[in-house]
Amino acid sequence: MAHCFSQLTDSRAEVFGGETPRVGMAGTGEGKKEEADYKRLHSFPLIRHTDMPEEMRVETMELCVTACEKFATNNESAAKMIKESMDKKFGSSWHVVIGEGFGFEVTHEVKNLLYMFFGGSLAVCVWKCS
Amino acid sequence: MPVPNNVAASMRKGSTVQKGTLPVAKSTKAASKKKDEEEGVDTGDGLDEWSGKALIKPPEQLELTEAELKEETTRILTANNPHAPQNIVRYSFKERSYKPTSVVDQMAVHFVLEGSLLHQDSDEARRLRAKEGLPEETPTVDTGTEPDEEKPETPATPIEDGGEEAGEEDRPDSVASKTDRKEPKVSNQFNFSERASQTLNNPLRERSCQTEPPPRSNFSDTVNQWEIYDAYVEELQQQEKNKEKQKAVASKNDNDKSKKKMVLMETQNDDISKVGKASKIFERMVNQNTFDDIAQDFKYFEDASDEFRDQEGTLLPLWKFQYDKAKRLSVTALCWNKKYQDLFAVGMGSYDFSKQGRGMLVYYSLKNSAFPEFIYPTDSGVLCLDIHQQHSYLVAVGFYDGCVAVYNLKEEGLEPLYKSTAKTGKHTDPVWQVRWQNDDMDNNHNFYSVSSDGRVVSWTLVKNELVFTDIIRLSLNGAVSDGPEGAEQPGIACGTSFDFHKQIDYLFLVGTEEGKIHKCSKTYSSQFLETYDAHSMAVDAVKWNHFHPKVFISCSSDWTVKIWDHAINTPMFTFDLKAAVGDVAWSPYSSTVFAAVTTDGTVHVFDLNINKYEPICHQQVVAKKKIKLTHIEFNPIYPILIVGDDRGYVSSLKLSPNLRKKPKCKKGQEQPKGSEVEIAKMEKLLSLLREPEQSTV
Repeated sequence: MAHCFSQLTDSRAEVFGGETPRVGMAGTGEGKKEEADYKRLHSFPLIRHTDMPEEMRVETMELCVTACEKFATNNESAAKMIKESMDKKFGSSWHVVIGEGFGFEVTHEVKNLLYMFFGGSLAVCVWKCS
Repeated sequence: MPVPNNVAASMRKGSTVQKGTLPVAKSTKAASKKKDEEEGVDTGDGLDEWSGKALIKPPEQLELTEAELKEETTRILTANNPHAPQNIVRYSFKERSYKPTSVVDQMAVHFVLEGSLLHQDSDEARRLRAKEGLPEETPTVDTGTEPDEEKPETPATPIEDGGEEAGEEDRPDSVASKTDRKEPKVSNQFNFSERASQTLNNPLRERSCQTEPPPRSNFSDTVNQWEIYDAYVEELQQQEKNKEKQKAVASKNDNDKSKKKMVLMETQNDDISKVGKASKIFERMVNQNTFDDIAQDFKYFEDASDEFRDQEGTLLPLWKFQYDKAKRLSVTALCWNKKYQDLFAVGMGSYDFSKQGRGMLVYYSLKNSAFPEFIYPTDSGVLCLDIHQQHSYLVAVGFYDGCVAVYNLKEEGLEPLYKSTAKTGKHTDPVWQVRWQNDDMDNNHNFYSVSSDGRVVSWTLVKNELVFTDIIRLSLNGAVSDGPEGAEQPGIACGTSFDFHKQIDYLFLVGTEEGKIHKCSKTYSSQFLETYDAHSMAVDAVKWNHFHPKVFISCSSDWTVKIWDHAINTPMFTFDLKAAVGDVAWSPYSSTVFAAVTTDGTVHVFDLNINKYEPICHQQVVAKKKIKLTHIEFNPIYPILIVGDDRGYVSSLKLSPNLRKKPKCKKGQEQPKGSEVEIAKMEKLLSLLREPEQSTV
């Protein structure tokens, strides 16, 4: 809990620090535009943590992006699609979590974990453990 | 089954009545013999039991008459062994002489069989039976033996068979033993195993225990919106930073890339190239140290004895340049670099037309006499070269195979920048001289070449090719050349040397193999301006004076060096050097000084100002008399000259004060006029001109 708190304060500080110059530069009246900007800028997939080999990582990442775009409103379907494709491609048993906010503690087989953000608000965690 | 039984029976019979066997055999033999004879007599009777069978006679069987057949041949068996020797002698020590031995062993053993059979009624058999304790066997055996010899035997054996294994029955000895002691086969009780079960059975293993579980690890994190936001912001900042960095580096990178590639290439080629520069500096330092005395001589030594020698001077040998890989080649061309006065190019090849092969273009520096600065191996022998006046990194080379090429010292690699090919008008015979010209109207570099095929060709370096223009075709008959059509094969004159006038751009001289020198113009391709009947052998070199616009010098293998005024048809001076003259060179510091090398290994230095008839220096500079000097060149600045020989050596020689200062002293006497250099030269030349006029008139 304490750890969580400290992170929170940290991030806030950063958010704050990141925003001030922009406000100063662009003026206060363009909040909407900024938001659109933010969405546009933050739409790319961002890998937070992975131990996959290069080829596998790229493939998995693309799969996640495809699934999240295809089922933009249904995380469950997206997760199902990812899981099934991964099972087919790399053997069972894969587990997928998609959501906007969650905590997790998982055991995974080494070199079979991908944890990424996508679209500015989604987190995807894919791992294998049979 | 019955067969072994019969055998067993007969065997037993044999054992019981041993003596009876022989007579039985004999009787059967006799019977068969009789039957044979009967068959021989009347085969067609059919009474015999064997008559049904056709007799097969061996082909080589003797044909006997009936009388012969009927004749009885008796054979008597005796107790004498026919193979036993009759005359054995033994040495008797008692009587001290050889004695025939009377007792000779006459026995011959044909067959021995140890019998293991016993008579069942014998004492031994009884003893054995008692010992083994097999009472039940005896009655069967007894019943079998008593009533008849053979008949009860057959039922007896099947009973045994039933108890035994079939495999055991086949062996006759086992049968024999069985008939004696009828005991059941007892298997080995300790390590008996059935024959069928003797293979090794692999122990069973469980497969599941052979693999290790894949390694696992734990991972945990918390996600929420601000975490995601933070991550994205951080990433974007990172990206921007990278972009800035890349921009800053990009410009550098572009420059560096080519360099890096070069470095990479070099490193791939040779690891030493990393320390190439350092090692080069080091090599020079070492050489400077080693040849310190020579360097001191080069810079400061002035031969003091010259003052007492009046006019004559000497040559002081300085560095000697050689390269191991070019040892077999002879020096065919020398040229100083105009920009770096310590650097000169050496062309290596061969003048012996029967020993043509590879060649080499090497650059030496006075600062490092141990190893060339640049080395360019060539497929064909180099015959001539010229370094560009302004762009000293460009060197034009003429080859024995008729090619001309341009090397660029700045470029990496050993290949020439340009090379003429058969398509692009290469000479068909050896190229004897090349000479750079001033850049043309389009600022393209260009040079001229002369070859034995009689062509003088201008080569222009256009972007990536060598464009040629025929300037003149030399011909033998008269002074006129009829261009391409009129050039008959025998009419072609072979150019061996040429030189361009220092001031008049279009004017040039061509020396030929026939000994003639033609004065030509670049503008008239069909006509010679003048032809001088110069030599009786090939003209080895022809050179305009550096100062006087009218004077040129020529040398030839006919032992002579001649100095000409181009306006006059006859030579001004003629010097006989008593050996074929390889090369001649005007000095760059005085219009009256020139040097020549001859094939006897001697350098001759003349100063017409001092002595019009004799050389002021005449010095042999080779170690062996055999070695021929081929070329000579003055350094444009320093008072040294380099001479090349046919063993691939290049020697540098310092001119003693008399060879260069005296004329200056004389100039000093005429200093009012000589203060201005050009005028001083003109003065000298005027005086020179006056002299030839006197001599000719």
